[in-house]
Amino acid sequence: MRSTILQTASQYLLPILLLFSFFLLIRGHYSPGGGFVGGLVASIAFVLHSFANGVESTMRIIRYKPMSLIPIGLGLSTASMLLPLFFGKPVMTSLWVPEQLPVFGSVGTTLFFDVGVYLLVVGVVLTILFTISLFSE
Amino acid sequence: MLALVPGVLFSYFVQKIPEIGSGRVLFESTPWVPALGVSLGFRLDGLSLLFALLITGIGVLIFVYASSYLKGDRYLDRFFGFLLLFMSAMLGLVLSNNVILLFIFWELTSISSYFLIGFHNRDEESRRSALTALSITGLGGLLLLAGLIWAGNLAGSYSIGDMLNHAEVIRQSAYYPVILILFLAGAFTKSAQFPFHFWLPGAMKAPTPVSAYLHSATMVKAGIFILARFTPVLGGTALWQWALMGVGGFTMLYASVLSLAKRDLKGVLAYSTISALGVLTFLLGLGTDYAVVAACVFLLAHALYKAPLFLVTGIIDHETGTRDLTRLSGLGKALWPAALAGGLAALSAAGMPLTFGFIGKDLIYEATLHYESGWAWYLTALAIVTNVGLVAAGFLAGFKPFTGKVQEEFRHLHLPPALLWVPALVLALLGVVFGLFPGWAGAWLTEPAVKSIFQQYVPVQLKIWHGFNTVLILSLATLTAGIIIYLINTPRFRKSEFITVLERIRPGVVFGWLFIRTKQFAAAYTNFFHDGYLRSYIIKIILFAEALLIYELYRGGPFSVDFSKLSPVRFYDVGIVFILVGALYKTLKTSSRLTAVVCMSIIGYAICLLFVTYSAPDLAMTQFTIDTLTVVLFVLVLYRLPPFLKVRNVKIMVRDAAISILFGGLLAVICLRVLLEPTRYNISDFYAKYAYTLGKGRNVVNVILVDFRGFDTMFEIVVLSVAAIGVYSLLKLRLKASEKE
Repeated sequence: MRSTILQTASQYLLPILLLFSFFLLIRGHYSPGGGFVGGLVASIAFVLHSFANGVESTMRIIRYKPMSLIPIGLGLSTASMLLPLFFGKPVMTSLWVPEQLPVFGSVGTTLFFDVGVYLLVVGVVLTILFTISLFSE
Repeated sequence: MLALVPGVLFSYFVQKIPEIGSGRVLFESTPWVPALGVSLGFRLDGLSLLFALLITGIGVLIFVYASSYLKGDRYLDRFFGFLLLFMSAMLGLVLSNNVILLFIFWELTSISSYFLIGFHNRDEESRRSALTALSITGLGGLLLLAGLIWAGNLAGSYSIGDMLNHAEVIRQSAYYPVILILFLAGAFTKSAQFPFHFWLPGAMKAPTPVSAYLHSATMVKAGIFILARFTPVLGGTALWQWALMGVGGFTMLYASVLSLAKRDLKGVLAYSTISALGVLTFLLGLGTDYAVVAACVFLLAHALYKAPLFLVTGIIDHETGTRDLTRLSGLGKALWPAALAGGLAALSAAGMPLTFGFIGKDLIYEATLHYESGWAWYLTALAIVTNVGLVAAGFLAGFKPFTGKVQEEFRHLHLPPALLWVPALVLALLGVVFGLFPGWAGAWLTEPAVKSIFQQYVPVQLKIWHGFNTVLILSLATLTAGIIIYLINTPRFRKSEFITVLERIRPGVVFGWLFIRTKQFAAAYTNFFHDGYLRSYIIKIILFAEALLIYELYRGGPFSVDFSKLSPVRFYDVGIVFILVGALYKTLKTSSRLTAVVCMSIIGYAICLLFVTYSAPDLAMTQFTIDTLTVVLFVLVLYRLPPFLKVRNVKIMVRDAAISILFGGLLAVICLRVLLEPTRYNISDFYAKYAYTLGKGRNVVNVILVDFRGFDTMFEIVVLSVAAIGVYSLLKLRLKASEKE
């Protein structure tokens, strides 16, 4: 299923979709979006690319095994969950940077938690799909 | 080298003797799970100290012995690992001051002894006896846990110290009999009392160092330990006395007679151990001052003679390759240190004057004779018959293999390495030393132990010579009778009618049958629910959900919905529903898998549209991406699936349709039912109100996900990771396997 149109399109769609997924992740706290959806969109971007160019070439772009994103994401979420303990607060209390940042708005532990979810979702979906598609070939 | 670990511990406990001997109790505590009242609390009193000394002291010798006995074994490192684990668990058990902690160590001893008994795991018999031991003691452990928690709740604390203070509350509670029975179930299974005794002879499949350690001083004495530990809490009532004296008394008599009928050396020792445990239970049941002192002394004496007897048996087995009593004789010359150790231990077991066993035996008779009721003489008679059996069994194990004519096949035997016989000799000599100087053992070891059982001071003065009295006559009579039985204990006696009848009363058969039935049930149950077909799993899950939903709806009672209050149907809703139904029809109708998948995704997208029109953009987005990915996943595995088959069987179609329609209908009813819920429980108001002030976000859904219900999300992503790793490893393994082919 190699089509030139799809191949060319996917070259451009991949970065755009990734940017969009990042946008979804960041705006999640105020408007529809969030880490979960963002992660799904990002993985769809990669899946689309792999459909057009084959799993191997997508794997080359990612460079690392998607599986390695799982511990990173899980670790980030866990860390942001446990961080309040160091400030003498119960687990999962959200901590906030007092100033508003441009683009991000308020930044706090929940954002890092969401980033963890994002990375993990990408890792999980790509691991499952790539493993199965390599298996099916 | 590893023997240093118990060695250091042993010297630590030895150094504590003067302090504990003067009546102090040491405490050490760290909170562990304060919410459940569980702390890492340890107490060192006389009783714990006696056990701790036995565990570490005999532990040193067992480590030394095992290093030589199992030399060259492939899994020697593993063996020592299990042995250390077991020793630590035992120590924890006797030192813990919190019943939950005590239970954890109790279970740890069961589990580590499972590995030790089944150490020769290539032997099926060995695996089976390990499993029997584990299931019997594990079952008892569960009952014990129930008893411990119950008693703890009555006392208002799980600390043993607090339980001692609230003993009256527990004893006078209406639930006392139940608690007691649960406790005794735990203690009796662990200490191999009738009818749970049969795991102990089976456990003789273990390597001999393990048997020596587990059955002389540790594992089986754990049951005795908790009986002694909880005597001040639960003891002293009529029920306690009758249960312990009845079970202990029967066990000691039954096992002592059976021990004489065994041909296997270890079998003899196993049954005489059960008998000794029966004696200990019996004495704790008597509960008088004399009896408890006798129990503590006999406990020590038994450990000091039973361990060397086991070790000597191990030496014989190691050198000759057999433990068959009918074949062994005349080994005394070749294995003289073992013969010396075995002989001394047998004398102590027989209660020969000047050994520690003699003092133990004397005290048992004192205890039964001083029992204040008409039963005194009957109990004494019972004790005498048991002891006659024990004397004969001791001689059988300690003398028989070494005396008589040398068999031709054993002529070339030579002396085993010193590491094998020194531990046995040390223990046997200790038995004699304690016998010659009993005052020391009485004052420093027994007295504090008795004090912690009674929770008050009882003077203990052990003497070699009590004067010429009834007890001495009984003692000597026992010895004579025992020797006579030993001499006439011919194969003819072993095959006699009486023994066959006794052998037939084997509760082991009943438990074996139960065991097999449980396994059959488990297999049938598993096969029914796990038949390996995805469709059948789904049907079962949905049916179960339907049953739950119907029950809930039924419990909620009848209800009516005011349809006029629902929002009006808009024209694009109708359009979406139309697409939905069309796609559904096509899914059911098509004969191509690809079409079915595409139609399913159309249904999914239509639902997304519904979400959009009802202002749930987050849901719509997620559903949309998920649906896309599902289609991709389906397409990927499509080639792997068998060609599409139309379901021809009408019965199956009707069944599936009925289940599906029922499920859909139920969900619809539930959606309507939700509208009737009173608004004061309306949780969405709370979230909407606090999302910005507490969560600093305007998107309520996301604030719920990452903040309010962050824990849920955390666990969900963990589940996702596990699923991904599962898929990855399953498929990778199969890929590798197919590559190999």
